[in-house]
Amino acid sequence: MPVRMELLVCGGTGCQASNSNRVLEVLREEIKNSNLENEVSVLMTGCFGFCEKGPIVKVMPDNVFYVEVDEDSARKIVAEHVVKGRVYQEKLYVEPDTNEKLPEQSKIPFYKKQIRIALRNCGKIDPENINEYIAADGYMALGKVLTEMTPEGVIDIVKRSGLRGRGGGGFPTGVKWEATRKSKSDIKYVICNADEGDPGAFMDRSILEGDPHSVLEGMAIAAYAIGAQFGYIYVRAEYPLAIHRLRIAISQARELGLLGKNIFGTDFCFDVEIKIGAGAFICGEETALINSIEGGRGEPTVKPPYPAQVGLWKKPTNINNVETFANVAPIILNGAEWFASIGTEKSKGTKVFALAGKVNNVGLVEVPMGITLREIIYELGGGIKGGKKFKAVQTGGPSGGCIPAEYLDTPIDYDNLTALGSMMGSGGMIVMDEDDCMVNIAKFYLEFSCDESCGRCTACRVGNKRLLEILNKITEGKGEMEDLEMLKELAETVKDSSLCGLGQTSPNPVLSTMKFFYDEYLAHVRDKECPAGVCKELLKYYIIPEKCVGCTACAKVCPVNVIHGEPKKVHVIDRDGCIKCGQCYKTCRFGAITRK
Amino acid sequence: MIKSLEELKKIREQYKDTLQNREAEEKNIKILVGMATCGIAAGARNTINAIIEEVRKENIDNAVVVQTGCMGFCYAEPTVEVRMPNSEPILYGKVDSERAREIVKRHVKNGEVIREWVLRG
Ligand SMILES: Cc1cc2nc3c(=O)[nH]c(=O)nc-3n(C[C@H](O)[C@H](O)[C@H](O)COP(=O)(O)O)c2cc1C
Ligand code: SF4
Ligand code: SF4
Ligand code: FES
Repeated sequence: MPVRMELLVCGGTGCQASNSNRVLEVLREEIKNSNLENEVSVLMTGCFGFCEKGPIVKVMPDNVFYVEVDEDSARKIVAEHVVKGRVYQEKLYVEPDTNEKLPEQSKIPFYKKQIRIALRNCGKIDPENINEYIAADGYMALGKVLTEMTPEGVIDIVKRSGLRGRGGGGFPTGVKWEATRKSKSDIKYVICNADEGDPGAFMDRSILEGDPHSVLEGMAIAAYAIGAQFGYIYVRAEYPLAIHRLRIAISQARELGLLGKNIFGTDFCFDVEIKIGAGAFICGEETALINSIEGGRGEPTVKPPYPAQVGLWKKPTNINNVETFANVAPIILNGAEWFASIGTEKSKGTKVFALAGKVNNVGLVEVPMGITLREIIYELGGGIKGGKKFKAVQTGGPSGGCIPAEYLDTPIDYDNLTALGSMMGSGGMIVMDEDDCMVNIAKFYLEFSCDESCGRCTACRVGNKRLLEILNKITEGKGEMEDLEMLKELAETVKDSSLCGLGQTSPNPVLSTMKFFYDEYLAHVRDKECPAGVCKELLKYYIIPEKCVGCTACAKVCPVNVIHGEPKKVHVIDRDGCIKCGQCYKTCRFGAITRK
Repeated sequence: MIKSLEELKKIREQYKDTLQNREAEEKNIKILVGMATCGIAAGARNTINAIIEEVRKENIDNAVVVQTGCMGFCYAEPTVEVRMPNSEPILYGKVDSERAREIVKRHVKNGEVIREWVLRG
């Protein structure tokens, strides 16, 4: 009897954390209890990108998308939907603006403008079953490449497609492959960079968890193109589920002969090994990554020579990011022209972004290059949470910058983001509203860079620390006007005299916030005020006389006894002695205390 | 062990059906089977399974078969609605597995409406 209905349960890290494993068990039990186990099946897929609304359960072919499913609602879904054919209304996505319930995934604004190439199979197939990947045309591209194409032909397609590296730099992938192909050597390597160090980014993890074969296939195609026999996947230890699924995928591919010797009966041999990294941000930099695989310290080395000439164990090596590899097979199957028809003049295809921060919908979105920031934030993201005012969007992680409202209509691509003083990076996108202090944001990212600097270059090691000291001074209300100049000058120096991308980009958050939000810096330094009310030392606490009922609660909690007033009369704070602990603010039940 | 592109294609064919349900959004023919209590009592489960088997057997890969609630024709259950692109939906009544297979072969595959079983449309 053919299976007529399938319940796809998200088995990504996010949904597993919200108990999707149990939901899956309950669904199976209930279906068995209804004697439907031969007609209806339950399976686990990869991430749908909407992790915050997880666990996700999608019923096919009915095309109904359930969110936040727990054990109880899992039972109801079986009783109502599976058995009686009635959609269970309680767990549909509700559009916040209209309160409308949207059963279909493709009608939910979060998914509307998405085009899924790298994420094509995530949430669709069982990542632990190679046959499902094959059913979705998996390994067809590798077969075509090995049996019908020359390595030069492969490089040509990838070059013409316009694919650029998704790991940060945006270097044209085909050009990199060509350079590695041209390096003469018997032994060459392919490395997949799955270090994913940007805080907040998780697209690489989701691809590895949801569709590991797409990465293996992309690597094998790259290996054929450049003439490599062996590959490494460098993945951080914090990604146990990704590592688990990769292991399964590798062993299944070996069993079918899709990895190993004489693949597709040709002379081509290729196998891969997983290397687990300790998870330092700097190990994502390609030369540091190579050092780390070799067992050395994860420190960058001077380029040139590039890995394409002298890489792993001094052999020519091609390094690409997870998402870059995931794009390769569709390009081979659908053609360079198809891929190049999506995107902008110089940035082709799609990019996966990890949308986070103060928007209504957060998660992973794969959108065509050239979509505007406004579309992502206001359409897919559903606008700013709580109807607050948008202030900035931070792209590119710790190497990126903050983009203000006047550039919301900029089409997103590598070059436009760089021109705005930010970056594509690996696709982090954090939205900030009126309650975020831009000086504080710059400080946050700089702290990250200081922690992650490998310490090799003085400019990066000492310079970033000095920058951070100045920012600390400013947020503590001790900043002087000279500090602002110093900040700018020093930031430029760090940029110019660091060896690797970390130091070269770490001042970006400072520089871009100084460029677009200089008034906030001025307010901190000159007026000793934090306009967003974030920097604790700059806050001033006031009691609003009209609202104060004289309950005395605040005076009692004030640890330094600077709140005065008689019972039932308006109280006042003696600001000279106030240590800004905020206790009174939390205590007042009448909203009579404000801070600015 | 896969030793040629042909062998890979064979595996793909073998497992193609596993993704049929999940690719529903890309399909333009819809066949709905009433599966409320009345439908099930009248044998709708056999009907839907027969339809799916026949659809797969005839290699019709642009049709999705879904169950739906009560369509208000309890006296004529099991009911089946066929929605073809660019034409009005046709509702059939008293569809047992036999009729179900006929509907797939004649209507879904060849576009012939089987008048004598039509309830509405
Ligand atoms: C500090 C630093 C961290 C990096 N981290 C990553 C990372 O986590 N993942 C990644 O793919 N690339 C990372 N990169 C970029 C890599 O050096 C390299 O350019 C990339 O893996 C190449 O692949 P692509 O061309 O496919 O993007 C990092 C670069 C720098 C400077
Ligand atoms: S720029 Fe910073 S992280 Fe990069 S090599 Fe120099 S010290 Fe290390
Ligand atoms: S807690 Fe609020 S209402 Fe009570 S005395 Fe203090 S300011 Fe006035
Ligand atoms: S982990 Fe389930 S939607 Fe991302």
